[in-house]
Amino acid sequence: MRFQRRVKVGTSIPTSSMADIAFLLLIFFMVSTVFVRYRGLPVQLPWAQKIQRIETKRNITYIWVTADGRISIDDMPVRLPEVRSVVYEKLANNPRIIVSLKCDRKASYGLVSAIMEELKKAGALRINFATRREH
Amino acid sequence: MKFRKRFRVKEEIPICSLPDIAFLLLIFFLVSTTMDMDRGIGLTLPTPGQTTEVPRGNICYVWVNAIGEIMCDGQMVNLSQLREKVQRRLSENEKLIISLETDPETEYGVFVDVLDELKLAGARRISIVSPEQSP
Repeated sequence: MRFQRRVKVGTSIPTSSMADIAFLLLIFFMVSTVFVRYRGLPVQLPWAQKIQRIETKRNITYIWVTADGRISIDDMPVRLPEVRSVVYEKLANNPRIIVSLKCDRKASYGLVSAIMEELKKAGALRINFATRREH
Repeated sequence: MKFRKRFRVKEEIPICSLPDIAFLLLIFFLVSTTMDMDRGIGLTLPTPGQTTEVPRGNICYVWVNAIGEIMCDGQMVNLSQLREKVQRRLSENEKLIISLETDPETEYGVFVDVLDELKLAGARRISIVSPEQSP
């Protein structure tokens, strides 16, 4: 018994919309890319569980504090009394700044607390203690 | 006088290599995108000089000393006990403010652990005592 083929389906993948898909992805990655701007100091971040994300990468100022007490703001080594003026300047350029404190877990709390006082005086009130997710 | 047209040039922009260009850029942005978000424990500092009178019953004192021992309301606790205790206090009093005082000699990692436990316990109102404020 023979069956008759009714329809002949053309087998070809439509590639005309490939460029559209490529451009769509391209635009997504272009918008979401922020180039790595700062290298930072070598720190081992503390662990925490109840952590949240900072939504925008563009408004973040990083302060690194190492275990031996070196401070760096956005790759600029500073001493403790200079923190206020540096942060104040950054705040004048962008008032929506969030300060992310990337402190070593072995750093002394006294130094971090002193930096927090300086930030308070400079008017940078939104801070974030950078941590790693605990496993 | 009549000029004769010699050539007829087809005016057309070649678009067959458009997807190639798009994919090239796409791969570049794919590679250069860093998806790691900045995570951490967020906190909003008070403006300097902003002090409010709070009834003593609404405050839960948490002290951390230089070797990482924790005292909550006059009792020595460890980290998990601290969470339970703060949760219990919070269920009794919703307006509870947690006053966290840490010794300047403490390691920063211990401070973050305690802060994390307080956040895990559901505390929203946390006050960090600066060393010069403490009596």
